[in-house]
Amino acid sequence: MRADTSILSADASIALSTERLTKVWGSFIANSDIDFRLPVGARHALIGPNGAGKTTFINMLTGVLAPTSGRVFIGGEDVTADHQERRVRKGIARTFQINNLFPGLTVLDSVLLAILERKNLAENWFRPLKSHMAEIEEAMDLITDLGLEAQAGVEVKTLAYGKQRLMEIALALASRPRILLLDEPAAGIPAGESSEVFSVIARLPSDVSILFIEHDMDLVRRFSQRITVLVGGKVLTEGAPEEIMVDPRVREVYLGESAHG
Amino acid sequence: MSPRSSAIERLASPRPRPVEVLAWLLPALAFFLVPDNLALGVSIMTYAVAVLALDLVLGYAGIVSLGHAAFFGVGAYTAGLLAVQGWKEPLTGMLLAGAVSLALGFLASFLVVRGKDLTRLMVTLGIGLVVYELANRLSSVTGGMDGLSGFEIGPIFGVFSFDLYGRTAWWYVYGVLILVFVLLRLVVSSPFGLSLRAIREGVSRMPALGASVDHRLRTAFTLSAGVTGIAGGLLAQTTQFVGIDSLSVGRSADFLVMLVLGGTGRLYGALIGTTVFMIAHDYLADMNPVYWEFWMGLLLMAVVLFARGGVVGAGRRLLQTVKTKFARAAP
Repeated sequence: MRADTSILSADASIALSTERLTKVWGSFIANSDIDFRLPVGARHALIGPNGAGKTTFINMLTGVLAPTSGRVFIGGEDVTADHQERRVRKGIARTFQINNLFPGLTVLDSVLLAILERKNLAENWFRPLKSHMAEIEEAMDLITDLGLEAQAGVEVKTLAYGKQRLMEIALALASRPRILLLDEPAAGIPAGESSEVFSVIARLPSDVSILFIEHDMDLVRRFSQRITVLVGGKVLTEGAPEEIMVDPRVREVYLGESAHG
Repeated sequence: MSPRSSAIERLASPRPRPVEVLAWLLPALAFFLVPDNLALGVSIMTYAVAVLALDLVLGYAGIVSLGHAAFFGVGAYTAGLLAVQGWKEPLTGMLLAGAVSLALGFLASFLVVRGKDLTRLMVTLGIGLVVYELANRLSSVTGGMDGLSGFEIGPIFGVFSFDLYGRTAWWYVYGVLILVFVLLRLVVSSPFGLSLRAIREGVSRMPALGASVDHRLRTAFTLSAGVTGIAGGLLAQTTQFVGIDSLSVGRSADFLVMLVLGGTGRLYGALIGTTVFMIAHDYLADMNPVYWEFWMGLLLMAVVLFARGGVVGAGRRLLQTVKTKFARAAP
């Protein structure tokens, strides 16, 4: 269900784009003049050393932060002035680098709520939760898809950390996004298990456009078609994985980083 | 049971279990067993209505309010003033009391949802203080420190007159309490109720799901204020007196204590907490009218420090332990 909002500019093949997007705190320039385009169906990685401004960029895309200057477009529509909630309703969803869940709710409660929010049913106060069978079925299917079925009835705070990372993705998917932003989806998961998270991502419908932040170069190479490298709040370069991996500037940034930490 | 069906089973449901229906017959039992202390029963059930309303905002939505006595007192004065003016019909009087508090709660809710925990607490406290002082100043209307008295309430449904022993009052308040409980149970087991719990558990995630948090909180606060006003109306009608202390911050604190004693976020905690508080109050004040709050203070500290989830929470854990022990004993 692609919205026909791209009357203004544009190219229907671009899901998300930015124009000279900039964020400044005092004298610190977190993001500087970022021009970015995420094609429909993309699997795009955003990489860069710590402090490069990757999460700031995601926060401006989703409306958590207002940019100092520049604009954000969803499907050609300028959404710069829209709140986070409105952008979600225009098809953008995200996960958080640090778990941002509902610890005291069950897995099913959480996913069901996200679905009810998407369907504008969450303000309904006179019809019992249990009578929303279509939404409950959808929630259980999604939970099963992510391999969380056995834990559906337990509180999120009692889940193992890796399962909580999957909950991050479950909540984002429950809003059926056209654009999915993943902020280090496998952060904190032991290297061996992180491919489980990415195999979930790999199974997503091909028309969902995905931008993900990831530090593990092996995962980036396997799951991305294109890579943008952010350094010091600026786009250093963008290209296909095979180009980026051999780019001497990128190697310098990463080798430089690993040399002192 | 499969994990799927047991997870669905665990979803909040408004449908009463048989044990709940039985529990609701207990007050009726008390009516026949302790017929000489009906006034205590009436006040327990009256306050229980207010504390249930407080549970909606505190236990579910996570807003700590020190101003709920404002809505309680405004409801009480509304019902009292209506009767003074000759509007003696109790049901409409009670509903109007609720409506006036609902309107006040709606206005207050815009202030309350701004800011976070401490700010919210101070805003509710401020509302409580302002309303109290206004009532005090408008003594020509409210009777000031003397309160409002000398009014009569007509018979319920035009048939059942309020009697000296409080029999009619008892059944009246019991009926309203059940209706309020059913209403709130419906609300907390709805998608709206789930979203309130989600706001309490992880408010920062809500916008990322496309939810407007403030609007939900305002709705919950407004509804809670309205129900609290109904409780105030009941107090005025059943005691035929409205004192200015019904608006006091001390009264707000009592509501909080009752709720925390019983346990927040489960509705039954409000009922149990109010009962424990009022009976303890009655009993301790009999022993020593001056120092009863000393014992209440000790009880409160014991509950919050050692019985997480209040009396109901502790009871559930005890039941769980006994169950597992039995399950082990008889494999």
